[in-house]
Amino acid sequence: MTEVLSEAEARELCQRILGASSTEAEVRVESTVDGNSRYAVNQLTTAGEVADTQATATVRFGRRSASVTFNALEQSGIAAAVRKAEGLARLAPENAEQMPLLEQQAYGESAAFFESTKDLGPAPRAAAARAVTDATEQSGLVASGFIARAASSTAVANSSGLFAYARSTLASHTVTVRTTDGGGSGWAGTTHNDWQWMTTPGVLAERAGTKAEQSVEPVGVQPAPYTVVLEPTAVGSLVRRVAFGLGARAADEGRSAFSRPGGGNRIGERMLDERVTLYSDPQDPDLREVPFTAEGQPLRRTVWIEGGVLNNLAYDRFWAEQQQTPPVPMGGGIKLEGGTGGVEDLVRSVESGLLITRFWYIRAVDPRALVYTGLTRDGTYLIEGGQITRAVKNLRFNQGLVEMLSNIEAMGAAQRVVASESGGLGSAVVVPPLVVRDFHFTSSSDAI
Amino acid sequence: MHALDSAMAAGASYADARVTSVRNQSVSTREDRITALRDDETVGIAVRVLVGGAWGFVASRNLTRTESARVARAAVDQARANEPATRRPVQLAPVDAYPNGVWETPIRIDPFAVPVEDKVELLLAANAEALRVGGARFVSSSMAFVRLQTTFASTDGSIIEQTLYRTWPSMSVTAVSPDHSDFQSRSSTEVAPMGLGYEHVHAAQLDRRAGEWAEEAVRKLSARPVEPGEYDLILDPSHLFLTIHENIGHPTELDRALGYEANYAGTSFLSPPESVIGRFRYGPEMMNVLADRTQRGALATVGWDDEGVPADSWPIVKDGVFVDYQTTREQVHWISGLTGVTHSHGCAYAQSWDRVQFQRMPNISLLPGEEDYLLDDLIAATDRGILIKGRGSYSIDQQRFNFQFGGQVFYEVRDGAVTEMLKDVAYQGRTPEFWNSLDMLGGARSYELGGTFYDGKGQPSQSNAVSHGCPPARFRGVSVINTGRS
Repeated sequence: MTEVLSEAEARELCQRILGASSTEAEVRVESTVDGNSRYAVNQLTTAGEVADTQATATVRFGRRSASVTFNALEQSGIAAAVRKAEGLARLAPENAEQMPLLEQQAYGESAAFFESTKDLGPAPRAAAARAVTDATEQSGLVASGFIARAASSTAVANSSGLFAYARSTLASHTVTVRTTDGGGSGWAGTTHNDWQWMTTPGVLAERAGTKAEQSVEPVGVQPAPYTVVLEPTAVGSLVRRVAFGLGARAADEGRSAFSRPGGGNRIGERMLDERVTLYSDPQDPDLREVPFTAEGQPLRRTVWIEGGVLNNLAYDRFWAEQQQTPPVPMGGGIKLEGGTGGVEDLVRSVESGLLITRFWYIRAVDPRALVYTGLTRDGTYLIEGGQITRAVKNLRFNQGLVEMLSNIEAMGAAQRVVASESGGLGSAVVVPPLVVRDFHFTSSSDAI
Repeated sequence: MHALDSAMAAGASYADARVTSVRNQSVSTREDRITALRDDETVGIAVRVLVGGAWGFVASRNLTRTESARVARAAVDQARANEPATRRPVQLAPVDAYPNGVWETPIRIDPFAVPVEDKVELLLAANAEALRVGGARFVSSSMAFVRLQTTFASTDGSIIEQTLYRTWPSMSVTAVSPDHSDFQSRSSTEVAPMGLGYEHVHAAQLDRRAGEWAEEAVRKLSARPVEPGEYDLILDPSHLFLTIHENIGHPTELDRALGYEANYAGTSFLSPPESVIGRFRYGPEMMNVLADRTQRGALATVGWDDEGVPADSWPIVKDGVFVDYQTTREQVHWISGLTGVTHSHGCAYAQSWDRVQFQRMPNISLLPGEEDYLLDDLIAATDRGILIKGRGSYSIDQQRFNFQFGGQVFYEVRDGAVTEMLKDVAYQGRTPEFWNSLDMLGGARSYELGGTFYDGKGQPSQSNAVSHGCPPARFRGVSVINTGRS
């Protein structure tokens, strides 16, 4: 069968793997049915359907451990993988930071599985692709896009009796529309656990097409600090990087933007605009994430930043013990609370500035202040007197994210976004559009 | 063969199948302890078919006869579902049949046969060396080994067995200022990942070089912040390889140039082909760039690509002029009228059995200059410049015009000599102008290979492992910014 494992099937497989080990062990089983369809130059180009179940067995001899991931799941394959893990673990030096296996935990319910997404096979994906490409062909535009969906189940078990199971679905659809002469480019995207909930292909084609047509004949503007209206996708691609930096240990060790000069971390300090509240919560209906970590720690609502104050950092179990504080696992998506209104409302509030659709090739430049560089892409416009007046050439930014979240002028309503540049499936990111003052652009790009 | 027969019986006009085992072993440490020890292996079968000029692709971990037939039929069904949304049927360039193809990365020591305790011991010894340096507070190190074993079969008559090996030892040292107001890291980026065996770990000598990297991490804390402005840049091969990757490797991908990657990786300034092939001046006459899947030790070196096309070697830039793209079988006819090349250059690659093969970058290298210059000769010839070693933060726009690249360590060059260390350096530019500012190249003795395991492209995104060789080179009047100032 090319179906994701049920709870009973996953439990049985976990037990067989744990049973093959002569020592303490933990196992993670992930079964997935992936599907995707790509289109470009107004036609479908490639597609794929992949069925896989992979198990990761970690075995322990005291403080020695090793892990093996494998997908040969017949009994002989399991026995070989566990033997390999045991052989490695016996040779490994002791890890003083290894924590005991977790006992059984209590988990929240997962509400992330939708039949509409599971059933999104090649034919409906091809139809969705064609809904976009027929529209752009008729309009004299050129579409490229990517539709991805995954149905999966995750199970974690260990020899101390822990078992956790959740299943989920996730889909995304991203569209880039360009003018035939390559002089304009626009983008639109949507993602959710439920395909039925997502923006329709026709609407995506229209949004991206309109942006493409509005982005022709861009005028160059001087690289400088500007007030910007960041669409939710642009915000999401940066805010997820703030989340990457929320580790307590790096902060305590003095190598993070959240390190306190002189030692320790900045928990309790007001670091950002007071409207900034950032949290993770697998049960949040906008996030819908798997409610446990790879080792079976329950994931619950964790408020990282509240009212601009650094409220929490992620503590793994070892570091939490060292610091005599409860462990705080990272996971469960990221949500930046917003206000009301959409991008259009924010544009009306700006006398002079730029509207940014999304960013590209974002890379860390200086971890001391979470400074990142990257470029605008697929729709960058001049705002004058609360109106979009014309397209501008793309720009490179070098911007500290702590500074960006301190320079907020206005927030719109939060929404789920495709936050990864690759347009694929990823951890849930829900963010509002923002107006940010003094956003630093350092050079101009001819790319369209 | 059962899968191919099933695909043809179901109506495919062409089919290929790959049975691949992917093994990844990694040993990771931090200071005086091990943080992860992994040895992963997954196997599966992938079947790709053409029906009515449309592709279908299905993969499964289950290697039974029944499942391979199901996968093949599902691929045909999928291609039929895709056909109505396909406007221009796929045309494959011809390829010879290789019914008994066998190739293996030439390695001297199988990295998977080396005991894991030897690997751990070496890494912990390197960590200890780094931590002997006063001010070096943290160190992490790792070794990663990859083995891809693939049996490829196609309805064109090929059956090819290949085993590819990759090896990457690495470490990073972090120094923190006493008052926690600054921290700086130095990574071992001169040690490139390579298409070699464990002999590459021996040659890398992490334990002997760790102290030097640690000292540089500490020195970076007190290095002078660069004054922004225009400088002549001397780029060491450990840095320049990635600039070549971004400025030359990606723009010369034909799928990108023709809009097939517009939704993620982007398009290319090298377009349309009829306007640039044989016409576009990439750089000065001393600039020659070779694409090469045959180079020993390089990461993208193979016997055949993932379409059964034999490894090729061909010029991309000749005497400063752009002459050809990277191609797969279905791309050949898009430009054969312009290039006269009627065979694929063999650039099809899939990262694993669960991903479809598509056009990926071969090893693309800047050839050394005719003069026998070494790095020191470039420094001696420079009045006011910056020497950059190692890869740092890299970012470039989606058409490969505007870029901003950083490095690991930076040194001021004054009046033909290195003076002091600088920090917070990144340079910005526009690809054509930057490469036309090239005015000095090292010779053959200064040529080195760099590389990466993680060249991302495609949707879903796939990682390609690729190398780039080059000598040190000098570029005139490049804009440098200070990344420590907003």
